[in-house]
Amino acid sequence: MLKMKHIITICDGVLKKSAAKGGCGECQTSCQSACKTSCTVANQQCEHNKN
Amino acid sequence: MIHTYRLGGYNIAIDVNSGAVHSLSDAAYDVLENITEISGCCPESVLNNPNLNKYSILEISEAYSELKKLHAEGMLFSDDDYLDINKAIPDSFPLKALCLHVSHDCNLRCEYCFASTGDFGAGRKLMPASVARAAIDYVIARSGSRRNIEIDFFGGEPLMNFDVVKSTVEYAKKQGKLHDKAFRFTVTTNGVLLNDGISDYINENMDNVVLSLDGRREINDCFRKTVNGKGSYDTILPKFKYLTDNRDTSRDYYLRGTFTNKNPDFINDVLHLAGLGFSELSLEPVVAKPDMKYALSEADLPAIFAEYEELAEIMKDRDDFRFFHFTVDLNQGPCVIKRVRGCGAGYEYAAVSPEGHVYPCHQFVGMPEFIMGNVSDDSFDESVSEKFIGQNIFTREKCGECWAKYYCSGGCGAANYNINGDLNIPYELGCRLEKKRLECAIMLKVHKFMKSS
Repeated sequence: MLKMKHIITICDGVLKKSAAKGGCGECQTSCQSACKTSCTVANQQCEHNKN
Repeated sequence: MIHTYRLGGYNIAIDVNSGAVHSLSDAAYDVLENITEISGCCPESVLNNPNLNKYSILEISEAYSELKKLHAEGMLFSDDDYLDINKAIPDSFPLKALCLHVSHDCNLRCEYCFASTGDFGAGRKLMPASVARAAIDYVIARSGSRRNIEIDFFGGEPLMNFDVVKSTVEYAKKQGKLHDKAFRFTVTTNGVLLNDGISDYINENMDNVVLSLDGRREINDCFRKTVNGKGSYDTILPKFKYLTDNRDTSRDYYLRGTFTNKNPDFINDVLHLAGLGFSELSLEPVVAKPDMKYALSEADLPAIFAEYEELAEIMKDRDDFRFFHFTVDLNQGPCVIKRVRGCGAGYEYAAVSPEGHVYPCHQFVGMPEFIMGNVSDDSFDESVSEKFIGQNIFTREKCGECWAKYYCSGGCGAANYNINGDLNIPYELGCRLEKKRLECAIMLKVHKFMKSS
């Protein structure tokens, strides 16, 4: 994580890293319709990062 | 592509393609706002930019140099050339989640119900146990090598067919052992039929439970009425308290409400629910045709945006509840492939009506043109699936140019279809709300990071 005088990085390039091994499909289905309370894919966890 | 905004006292920059998030000084933020690319030394046009004249040359140079470092490390103005777009379109598509409409009947008559108060416009009926079992066989047979399978008991009101819920859970667990599949169950209920025994069963067997309550009594009872036209708040509240008080904290639940143009002050509903001791809260904007009297419109957006921002400000100092839409995992969220594809409706995820018809998702149930097959005869029309498989944030033109694409994955195709008549044309009002929520969610992450470091 970069911490400089003018800029503090909160989160680095996680997306690029995830491209290498992604796409296994074991994660929870992310319904984005309002009636099922799930409009944001990004609030889910990768199955491999749980616990 | 980058997205910059000021919120909650922070200057925030999101590098869209890498997923990096940065907190910037005023000088760095203003420099970034005045450049479109970074190369070489800080150009004269930046040093002498009148928009930056409140900063010294040294400050501007330092800020530029730090921005350049981010760029060099792939965390600012990064490309998406690491992505193989072909991987976004799956060549095989095992089914891994089913929404079982065990009841097309409901004991409430909520005016804003997208399911025509429970029957999806096709008559009130319950799913027979034989159809539910066939659905379990159907998903196992089509799940390929995927081990985790989700079953969501939905309606109408699923507890009106509770015996079938229980027998289906039992059957799925048994078949799961035989076929090495791990079933996870969810039920969505309005709570009217809950009693201690049913709540105990849900707490023991359901990995997630979604409990419908809109907030304050007068707000909830405005729309969520019984068949006799009475409010439901006083009936369901003690039942939800029992269920959540007795639920293992490692298991999910959400208290889920809807807000409409009748309660633009919906923070008061969130805080009301938190004050009652509920910790997992979600309040969703109603999705409705513009001519419905409770529909949200463009004119409501400034007030809603202000409300989200105020809620985020309140949540900086509170950790006794979570607001679902402000929950974002910046470090361990889904892989980018998942973010490109989205929900998987129509191929990874499907809904089953009481008759056994298979639809791309619960929102399409009752639309004959979207029937994909039937669990009872094991049929599956791939031509319907293909409409959904090919969709992703690259095929939806408006999504490609949006900074939020890797967080929302293109939103809800059904909302697009219902509002715009096209799966691929985003529901603009929903997009604008989603972007505001994401800005708040990411600001809260920045705040918590800065507070802890």
